[in-house]
Amino acid sequence: MNFTEYAAKTMILTAAGIPVPRGILCTSATEASVAAANIGPCVIKAQVPTGKRGKAGGIKLAASPDEAKKVAREMLGMRIGDYTVERLLVEEQAEIVREFYAAVLHDSTARKPLILFSSEGGMDIEDVAAQKPQAIRRLLVDVDSKPSSAEIAQMLQGLKLGAAEEQIARIVARLYAAYRGHDAELLEVNPLALLVDGRVVALDCKFVLDDAAIFRQGEIAKSGAPAAMTALERHAAEAGLKLIQLDGNVGVLANGAGLTMTTMDVIRHFGGRPANFLEIGGEAYTKSEIALDLVLSNPGVKSLVINFCGAFARTDVMADGVVKAWHKLKPKIPVFFSIHGTGEVEAIRLVRSELGIEPYDLMEDAIQAAVKAAQ
Amino acid sequence: MIVRKKDRVVVLGITGKQGTFWTEKMLAYGTDVVAGINHKRAGETHVGVPIFATTAEAIEKVGGDVAVMFIPPAMAKDAAISAVEAGIKLLVVLTEHIPAQDVMAMHAAAGKHGTRIVGPNTAGLVTPGECFVGIMPAFVPSVFKPGRVGVISRSGSLGTLVCLNLTRAGLGQSAFIGIGGDPMLGTTTRDALEMLDRDGGTDAAVIVGEIGTTMEESAADYAKNMTKPMVAFIAGAAAPPGKKMGHAGAIVIGNAGSYGSKRRALESAGVIVVDTPGQIAVAVAAGLRAGQTGRKIAAGQGKPA
Repeated sequence: MNFTEYAAKTMILTAAGIPVPRGILCTSATEASVAAANIGPCVIKAQVPTGKRGKAGGIKLAASPDEAKKVAREMLGMRIGDYTVERLLVEEQAEIVREFYAAVLHDSTARKPLILFSSEGGMDIEDVAAQKPQAIRRLLVDVDSKPSSAEIAQMLQGLKLGAAEEQIARIVARLYAAYRGHDAELLEVNPLALLVDGRVVALDCKFVLDDAAIFRQGEIAKSGAPAAMTALERHAAEAGLKLIQLDGNVGVLANGAGLTMTTMDVIRHFGGRPANFLEIGGEAYTKSEIALDLVLSNPGVKSLVINFCGAFARTDVMADGVVKAWHKLKPKIPVFFSIHGTGEVEAIRLVRSELGIEPYDLMEDAIQAAVKAAQ
Repeated sequence: MIVRKKDRVVVLGITGKQGTFWTEKMLAYGTDVVAGINHKRAGETHVGVPIFATTAEAIEKVGGDVAVMFIPPAMAKDAAISAVEAGIKLLVVLTEHIPAQDVMAMHAAAGKHGTRIVGPNTAGLVTPGECFVGIMPAFVPSVFKPGRVGVISRSGSLGTLVCLNLTRAGLGQSAFIGIGGDPMLGTTTRDALEMLDRDGGTDAAVIVGEIGTTMEESAADYAKNMTKPMVAFIAGAAAPPGKKMGHAGAIVIGNAGSYGSKRRALESAGVIVVDTPGQIAVAVAAGLRAGQTGRKIAAGQGKPA
């Protein structure tokens, strides 16, 4: 789950004792002008949970309330990536001496939390890694403990941070605590800036909450940004199913992430275009009825592949759901089945007797026929 | 991580619906399930298996080498760590959607106590004709049969299909190793490949991978020095970038974990990478024939036209 900069700064950083610039959240140009009158020369930042806001024109300076009003009017309603700008953060302008980068994230290979710090901030960490790798320091932490002051000091050693070092060390420790406390998948401050007045302040923040931990981060999750979804994807999400709408014309219903991806791949291999990814694996295998409804609601679908290979998911239960949905929806498009694994005998019998359709033995053959039918 | 008939298996969460269903399947197939864990029902018997309050108690009373978890995500960390601390050697974690920081804590505990974790989010392990641990259709004869091909898979459903295709072609399996669909796994593709390389009962290895992570790339690095024939299929060639494709681990960000990167790495290590799962068996058979004549098969050979 993604969060806007404002949500991350207030709910995560401020709560953790990490300083941020003074700022006010606004939803109209008038509010922005009032905020600017209060704050003085300000920076106006579009609150959308996506990167590259600056390049998209979503971060602009304003010297006066009038200018703030004008900038805000232009920015509100603007599209950045998949999002429409509905909220702005009006923040005091920072007088920056130097920019750094700090983040805590999962290191999948080490299976441990990783603290990343760079003495070069304000740009993508990937670019720093490519151009100035010596500016980046890494510290792996045992998830059951926390980084000691000595470990943090050692990590920062040699980066010539001067008087800012003590503040930075404190911020890094707090950032790690916030990452642990809030089940972050990524908690990134870029830039972390040393200001003219000597303070070190988080000018931007990216917080990604581990979706699997939402059940115990309820308060925080309420402030999460809704993911950019199509109407169909939202319907699926409300039914507890993961659907990704694509631009093709061959509908896909399969069980398990691996088999579903493979069904899409084989559609493409035979020159076709998949219309969707929709997984009904794991516990979701009992939802084939609603799943089929969703796949068929995609107006671009010209043919359908139903590819089941039961392990945990029982193909007889899935086939039963499909048959029920088919009788209810009475779709006109051709459907091509391949069914194997747990419950296959009963599943194949159901499809034959209830739909009068003979499943293909090989998924490749079912898919090839579906691609042909969609053309 | 090849399970054997002699391995004593402890089922965590045995009394739930899935725990019950799959324990019965495992017992019927020949798996030596010696204990179930449920602290509220200790002393009872469920599907013929004695229940204990903790894994430690089960190990003390009836022994236990392998534990398998039918435990919901919120309770998975504590269950896993108590099994690890009790001295289980192999822990099969079927649970999907365990918070990542809990998964890290499980791996840290396993590392400390010398436990091998398989998973999370795995469908389990099958040794055809002998036993299985997990939620795989080992008992469906069209899917699995004993033989000499080892299969490593991140996906249960796709792994099932691949075994089915091998069986259909007359190629039985020495082991199915479901490593799991999560990004942080206790046993990686490379770990499993190393084990199949050492296994005397395995003549060829099949890698069923998918986009996301760098596990296939790392396995390719090891594969360079292997002489057993290897065939791979990587799911996700048609997946849009930046989207999690069902599995938490199946996401391409930038170039990392892309289909192209994996395919190139495997092919340059001498692994035959096929375009559809139906081509795997033909490629394995060709690899085995080439292996008998002492020649390593080149990428591109053995693929049907």
